[in-house]
Amino acid sequence: MADSVWVAANAPALPAAAAPRHSALVRITHWLTALCFFALLVTGLEIVVSHPRFYWGETGNVHMAPLFAIPIPASRATVPTGYGYTLPDQNGWSRALHFQSAWVLVFTGLLYFVAGFFSGHFRKNLFPRGTDLSWRALSAAIADHLHFQPPSETEAWSYNLLQRLSYLAVVFVLFPLIVWTGLAMSPAVVSAFPVVVTTFGGQQSARTIHFALTILLTLFLLVHVAMVILAGFKSRMTAMITGRASTPRGYR
Amino acid sequence: MSDFSRRKLITTGLAVTAGASGLVAASRLAERYGLIPPDHGTLYGAGATLTYAAQRLLTRHSMAREFPRSEISNPPFANGEPFKDEAFTRLQAGGFAGWRLTVDGMVAHPAAFSLDQLKSYPSRSQITHLACEEGWSYIAEWTGVPLSHVLDVAGILPQARYVVYTSIEPGWWDSVDMADALHPQTLIAYGMNGGDLPVGNGGPLRLRVPRQLGYKSVKYITRLTVTDSLKKFGKGLGSASPEAGYAWYAGV
Repeated sequence: MADSVWVAANAPALPAAAAPRHSALVRITHWLTALCFFALLVTGLEIVVSHPRFYWGETGNVHMAPLFAIPIPASRATVPTGYGYTLPDQNGWSRALHFQSAWVLVFTGLLYFVAGFFSGHFRKNLFPRGTDLSWRALSAAIADHLHFQPPSETEAWSYNLLQRLSYLAVVFVLFPLIVWTGLAMSPAVVSAFPVVVTTFGGQQSARTIHFALTILLTLFLLVHVAMVILAGFKSRMTAMITGRASTPRGYR
Repeated sequence: MSDFSRRKLITTGLAVTAGASGLVAASRLAERYGLIPPDHGTLYGAGATLTYAAQRLLTRHSMAREFPRSEISNPPFANGEPFKDEAFTRLQAGGFAGWRLTVDGMVAHPAAFSLDQLKSYPSRSQITHLACEEGWSYIAEWTGVPLSHVLDVAGILPQARYVVYTSIEPGWWDSVDMADALHPQTLIAYGMNGGDLPVGNGGPLRLRVPRQLGYKSVKYITRLTVTDSLKKFGKGLGSASPEAGYAWYAGV
C-alpha cells in the first residue's frame, strides 16, 4: 500500500503516448463486434440466397410481385430466378451461426452501451464537441476528406467530426435497428410483442429493412477500412489492438 | 510480489470456481424449468439454448397475431409439389376416409382418429401468418381441432413433456414441448380458407404451430406420440430438423 503511494508520487509524468488510445473495453467490444458482423454477414447472405426476393408489408412469396429481386440464382428450386440451376443450400448451419453470433453481438453491444455511458466514452469520444457543431466545421471536415488531407496529429488521439457522426449513426441507429428488424422476423417474439413488427408495417417490410441496413453497415465497413488504411494502417491497427498510439512520421 | 501473485491466484481461483458452479446451478435450474432444448449439445447449441430459454420465459402464453380476412394471401400459396406415393394416392382416391391419426405413448387411452372424428370435436379457425425459414410467407385461415383437445381425449399422463408428430412423408417428424402442445392456437388443421386443407398445403391433416417457423408445421401427419424424453426418437435431437442442421425450436 505504502509502496504504491510512493510510486504514484515520485514517478515522472507519463508521456502522452503511453496512455491507451482506446480503452480495453472499446478494443474488446470492437473486435467481438467485428467478428460477429463478419459471421452475420456471411451467413445472412447465405440465407438470402434461398429467397433473393424482397417485399413490402406482411407477406411475400413467389406468387406476389417483389419490391425488388437480386439477380442471382437461388439455393431453392421453387424460386423463379431465370437461371437454370440452383446454388448449394447451406441454410442449416448458416441460420444457427447467424443467431448464435446475434446473441454475442447483443451481449457485446449491451456491455458497450452501459460501459460507454458510465465511463464517459460517448461524451468524450463520440458526441461532437460543441465547437464542431456548425455548418462551417462540418463543411470544412468534408472538404478535408474530399481533398484527401492527411489527418492532423490530434486525430491520432481523438475522432474528427465526420468520424464521430458516422460512429454515432452506426452505434445508435444502424445496429439497434438491425437487431430490432431481426427480432421483428421472429414469430415467437412478435406473438408476445406485436409492436416490434407492426412498427415496420409487417414481417416482410422488416426483412427488407434488415437487408437495407446490412448494405449500409457493409458500406460503412468498406469506408472504415479504407480510412484506416489511408490514415496509417499499422498505427491505427496497433492502437485498436494494443491500445498504444504513436504519432507516425509524415504527419503535419 | 509473491504475496501479491498468490493473492491474485486465490482470487482468480475463487472467481473461476464461483463462475463454474454458477453455470452448473443455472443449467440445473434451466433443465428443471424446461428451458433446455433437446438439440442443446450441437455445435451451435449455446445460441439455440439461449433463444429457447429466453422465449420460454417471455412468450410461454403469448398468442400468435391473428389477421383480418382481408389480409388472407390471394392466390393462396402452397410450397413445392404435393407429396405423392402409392399409399397416399390410394388414400386420396378414397377421399381420405381411410386416413388415421394414431395417438400413443404416455396416454391413458391410445387411439386412432378418423378425419370425421376429428371434425366432430370443437373446432377453431384462425387467420395467421406462416413464415418459412427461406424468407417467404403467406397468411391463411386455418381450421382444425386444437391439439390440446385431442390430448385431453386421449388422457395424457402427468409426466408428459413432449408430443412427437410424424408425417406419412418419409423423413418428416418433429416434436413440440407442452407449452406449444397445449397452446390454444396449436391446431390439428384439416381446413384452410373455408374449404378442406389442400394437399399442397399439407392436407388432409397438418399440425399448425403458428408461433414457430413453417417447418414445424409438418404436413400429412399420421401419428402423435406423447413422451417424457426425446432421446429414443431418431438421433435424440428432438426432430428431423436438427439432424439436417436446423434448430429444433423454430420460434427464432
